[in-house]
Amino acid sequence: MASEMTSSAYISHHLTNWTFGVHPEHGLGFAHTAEDAAAMGFWAIHVDTMLWSVGLGLFFIWMFRKVAKSVTSGVPGSTQNFVEVIIEFIEDNVSSIFHYKNALIAPLALTIFVWVFLMNTMDLVPVDWIPFLTQKIGEAFGADPHHVYMKVVPTTDINATLGMAIAVFGLILYYSIKMKGIGGFLGELAFQPLGKWMLPFNLFLEIVGLLAKPVSLALRLFGNMYAGEMIFILIALLPFWAQWLLSVPWAIFHILVITLQAFIFMVLTIVYLAMAHEDH
Amino acid sequence: MNINLTIFGQIIAFAFFVVFCMKYVWPPITGALAERKKKIAEGLDAADRAQRDLELAQEKAMADMRKSKEEAAAIIEQANKRANQIVDEAKEKAREEATRLVTAAQAEIDQEANRAKEVLRAEVAALVVAGAEKILEASVDANAHAQLVEKLAAEL
Repeated sequence: MASEMTSSAYISHHLTNWTFGVHPEHGLGFAHTAEDAAAMGFWAIHVDTMLWSVGLGLFFIWMFRKVAKSVTSGVPGSTQNFVEVIIEFIEDNVSSIFHYKNALIAPLALTIFVWVFLMNTMDLVPVDWIPFLTQKIGEAFGADPHHVYMKVVPTTDINATLGMAIAVFGLILYYSIKMKGIGGFLGELAFQPLGKWMLPFNLFLEIVGLLAKPVSLALRLFGNMYAGEMIFILIALLPFWAQWLLSVPWAIFHILVITLQAFIFMVLTIVYLAMAHEDH
Repeated sequence: MNINLTIFGQIIAFAFFVVFCMKYVWPPITGALAERKKKIAEGLDAADRAQRDLELAQEKAMADMRKSKEEAAAIIEQANKRANQIVDEAKEKAREEATRLVTAAQAEIDQEANRAKEVLRAEVAALVVAGAEKILEASVDANAHAQLVEKLAAEL
């Protein structure tokens, strides 16, 4: 790829999502350039992000459902063994952080961990493989290959991470109000940490703290994955015989980042929801 | 870096996966894990119980064996006693029999002796009479002197 276009074009091509939406001039359709995508504004959807995230989510559900259907309390098969290891890992984490009775938290944690992990793992697929393949496919369907975009790592799309973070934020609000009542929740915002005479200050501090939770969740995952992806793209700009020197160590290191980020997202979700249940 | 409808798509997908996971994935698998935990606990418990049962059975077997040995010893002792008794009885009987035989023999001997004495007496009487006849050369009235002869014979 790098030989056919300039480095900046190559990078920006790699960082552009396959966008479908309403363009102010061209109407409903796929964006042909990054500028088109930007012009579509809010009323557009990243087809690649949705495709990969939903596909990976379905893979997760398919695998775990398959095990759940044939689950045995006797000697487990290899898939069941693998799934059990993950589930016990999640259960350990949840039970050590979250001490309330809630049937949602553990499955939520499991979904976050496995789904985010799978989405992050797409980062280990060499950066050009899937985009190159889709360009060829697009070309076969008569599209200009330079206008075929395919970002395969959904977690490098802020929409994906923010979507999950907003869902978690919604749960934080829901459980805060459910456990403490609307008064208790607002009281927590207004009268902490400095008592009622400092109400505006408290309110400001607590609201910022509250909003920081989803924003930090989303940005942490997005930032890590985006940076990792960026480095893979930069490495891909090197001559082909030199790439492995950097991409192999970076990929090995990235295995850690991938797992760690999935784990952090999960643990912070559990912690935030535990805090939502806590009555001060 | 455009924020757009993808957010909602993600929220919907996320919610779907979580709900699916909560309804159809988590409960059966954790249920199986809990069941296995129970099974293992029961298995260990059963093993403990079996161990205890084995010990009890061993103890019982030992006790039974000891008892059997004691019984066997008692039986042997009794048998010995009975054998001695039988021997003693047999000895006693033999002694009695011997005594009886001896007594009977003695009686027979006495009887024989008496009979011999009688015969001898009679013969002696006859001889005496014959001798006396010869001495006196006269006939002795056997009837008249019978009393005398008999008296004589009795003294023999």
